[in-house]
Amino acid sequence: MIEVRQISKSYNDVQALKDISFSVEKGELFGLIGPDGAGKTSLMRILMTLLLPGGGEAKMAGLDVVKDYRKIRRLVGYMPGRFSLYQDLTVEENLSFFATVFGTTIEENYDLIKDIYVQIEPFKNRLAGRLSGGMKQKLALSCALIHKPEILVLDEPTTGVDAVSRKEFWEMLKKLQQQGITILVSTPYMDEAGLCDRVALMQKGEILSIDSPEQIVSNYDRPLLAVRSDEMHRLIHDLRQWDQVETAYAFGQFVHVTPVDKQVKPETVTAYLEQLNHQNIQSSFIRAGIEDVFMALMTRESRSVQSQ
Amino acid sequence: MDRFLGFVKKEFFHIFRDRRTMIILFGIPIMQLMLFGTVITNEIKDARIAIYDQSKDEVTQEITAKLLSSGYFLLDRNLESAKDIEGIFKQGRVKEVLVFGRDFSRKLKREGKANVHIIADASDPNLGKMLASYTTGIINDYIFKQMGDLHLPMQIEPEVRMVYNEGLKSVYMFVPGIMAMILMLISAMMTSISITREKELGTMEILLVSPLRPAQIILGKVMPYLVLSIINALVILGIGHFIFGVPIKGSWVLLMGESILFIMMALSLGIMISSLAKTQMVAMFISLIALMLPTILLSGFIFSIENMPLPLQVVSHIIPPRWFIVILRNIMLKGVGLAYVWKETLILVFMSAVFVTVAVKKFKTRLE
Repeated sequence: MIEVRQISKSYNDVQALKDISFSVEKGELFGLIGPDGAGKTSLMRILMTLLLPGGGEAKMAGLDVVKDYRKIRRLVGYMPGRFSLYQDLTVEENLSFFATVFGTTIEENYDLIKDIYVQIEPFKNRLAGRLSGGMKQKLALSCALIHKPEILVLDEPTTGVDAVSRKEFWEMLKKLQQQGITILVSTPYMDEAGLCDRVALMQKGEILSIDSPEQIVSNYDRPLLAVRSDEMHRLIHDLRQWDQVETAYAFGQFVHVTPVDKQVKPETVTAYLEQLNHQNIQSSFIRAGIEDVFMALMTRESRSVQSQ
Repeated sequence: MDRFLGFVKKEFFHIFRDRRTMIILFGIPIMQLMLFGTVITNEIKDARIAIYDQSKDEVTQEITAKLLSSGYFLLDRNLESAKDIEGIFKQGRVKEVLVFGRDFSRKLKREGKANVHIIADASDPNLGKMLASYTTGIINDYIFKQMGDLHLPMQIEPEVRMVYNEGLKSVYMFVPGIMAMILMLISAMMTSISITREKELGTMEILLVSPLRPAQIILGKVMPYLVLSIINALVILGIGHFIFGVPIKGSWVLLMGESILFIMMALSLGIMISSLAKTQMVAMFISLIALMLPTILLSGFIFSIENMPLPLQVVSHIIPPRWFIVILRNIMLKGVGLAYVWKETLILVFMSAVFVTVAVKKFKTRLE
């Protein structure tokens, strides 16, 4: 449904996208995961025909993003990263405006947006600018869906939204996927990666890895330790100082540690920390999550750049 | 068509819900008209004068009475010595001092010649000049009437008639100027701001990916302002005509037709600005500095073009309101038809065409 072949894009001297290639199947929920500045927005804008690619070609539903941009615009729904509805129009006015613009009516496609719209319908006479973050996203999604798009492109839809609304939002995306809509979504939150069918991990304009979240995790062959003590801050510092540790990142209450030597045991870590007077030390092997993998890939990438 | 109407409806919502926009659209025009029409004026009314009358005979008394009854002058005080003149000017209230020489009426009768000094405060040069000429006019008038039967050996009496504005009322001049200025402000500035606002808020991104065509977006943006500007033009003409008594001798239809043409020109200018500016701030600055100042200074609205230095006269040709003001004055005050203003009309048509072309060429169907 989406075909991207060696797309590149530069802004002045900065190369935002470097020969990106991937494809998304029909009905797939595909995630672009990466930190700010990874090039996710540029890529989406190129696919949405809002930017011209610097090189390469891309197709949406078989249509070229440069030549057939007008046709693409009719069959794609888009939700930009910034809240881009009219703040001085009410919820209902916004929705009916976008319906009119796409030559349809709210009634005609009500089925598709019903699940989402019922949640904001009680506020339909409220100005969009006065909605909460979560409700704004629901309205924006309703507006992006009002013309029954075949492909839905969402640029960081859950940024700045509370945890409950984020969860609800992903449930909605799953439902839309079941109705046969192909969804391309970007997010900086790695915990959301697990909710996609396949993800592309992006950094600095490059794709580090494309696979299903499960595969990405199971392909990871390094051991990983979860460590904690009473003094979190000193713990990270001490671990990073230790020559047995390759990386140490804070994950909630624990520090995830990748040891240099694959044979390192949790007890060794505990013993080392006891020497340094840490209290209540816990140390055990854990299965790597997608975040750990991404962190590892990112570190490896930046090391190889440095060694060049 | 539904798409387009939906878009226009949305624009009207934006306009009617934003108090600032409403004030700029309807408050400012009326306020400016009232200000220019009443406060800022080139006419003289109740100017304070002092008189140092060294003769105090019947002729000087009569001249004084005639001056004071004209409505232009108000007697502040009578001076007793020439030394007081400087002091009274320094106080600032008195703008003119009249000094009648000694034995005024006797000299006048015997020698046919008498002296009166008119000393005007020229720290405001225009005012000083005007005061002096009004005073001279009244004194001359008196002398002619009194001495009419004397039959001087030779006499040329110029009879001046100010056609098209007999009373030299400045409001006749200001109404066309303000109309040009306000239509320019509303049409060009407001459209450019409303288009750049969509860019700034990110909604342009969504409009671009919709099936709306650029022409539909632009026309949809412009349409509400066209309607509102036409209403404004009618209001300004109405106030000018019915409250300030500015005559409209020519046809209303032609007048409105020309106004609509000017509005369209300003709207296309606004679209052009919006395609060059990225933010509302920039759009506003361009509109204010590049449009308002030349409109006020170089259009002949306040300062007459004939008296400008040559380079500025040349520049004034590219200032659209210059042509519109000529059209308005001709139709309103002289009552001429299209046959007399076709050249200016054609210039405005040409300018609109240029702006529209640039705007459409510059409008981006993508973000860059």
